[in-house]
Amino acid sequence: MAYHNAFAALADPTRRAVFERLRGGPVSVGEIAAGLPVSRPAVSQHLKALREAGLVRHEVDGTRRLYEVDPKGLGDLRGWLDRFWSDSLAAFKAEVERPQHKSSSRRPSSTRKAPR
Amino acid sequence: MNTTVSTPAYVEPVIRSLHVAATAARAFEVFTANIGRWWISTHSILASKSPQASVTIEPRVGGRWYERGEDGSECDWGHVLAWEPPRRLVLAWQLDPQWQFDPALVTEVEVRFDAEPGGGTRVTFEHRCLERYGAGADAARSGLASEGGWSGLLERYRQIAR
Repeated sequence: MAYHNAFAALADPTRRAVFERLRGGPVSVGEIAAGLPVSRPAVSQHLKALREAGLVRHEVDGTRRLYEVDPKGLGDLRGWLDRFWSDSLAAFKAEVERPQHKSSSRRPSSTRKAPR
Repeated sequence: MNTTVSTPAYVEPVIRSLHVAATAARAFEVFTANIGRWWISTHSILASKSPQASVTIEPRVGGRWYERGEDGSECDWGHVLAWEPPRRLVLAWQLDPQWQFDPALVTEVEVRFDAEPGGGTRVTFEHRCLERYGAGADAARSGLASEGGWSGLLERYRQIAR
């Protein structure tokens, strides 16, 4: 899932630092590496992971590749939670409105109906 | 708790409003005491990978919110911030980006149960403080905490994602 990918990608502190370098607008690999204690190849690897997670995109400016934040990224992060709660609340509503049996007011452990 | 960490940024909360054909008291009870009956059991993060056996919200402020596997292992998800049956419930959802319980991270889930004039209950749900994802816990841990750090980034993200 995109959400998992995004959060997993940002779990790495160095990668997060690379990501934060994009805050000011499009930058090149060299410009990112200049402010960090990591090599350019390492920065490129982090950018690749961020791109695959949908957080970063790049554009070509002449001979340079400029990287920037992909605006769809937050949509993915928040969108996952959005869907997560939609599904969960639909299941909650179904349970609340399920006909009650007087004899089973206690919670039975064997009536889990959620699909696995 | 990261209440002392400044998180000026704002990420739009997840908000839901739904009508349920039941009293507020029943809706509150099902949401809390019977959460294991409706929680989608694949939404489980037990380290042991054991099938989820139960989900529990302890009925008091400060009570734990956790899951238990069939093998008996447990995993905390958060705790109760406000316990006001049958009208209102606030839970702390404390799972970090790697789906690990992080006591330093608090995002808030508020659920209100209001009786509707025509019968039934209006359930209003909000998962907020999403900007704290990373802002307090992760950023502090990795030394990236700063005014323009993670939270500023998310804010920028939010603005350009519109």
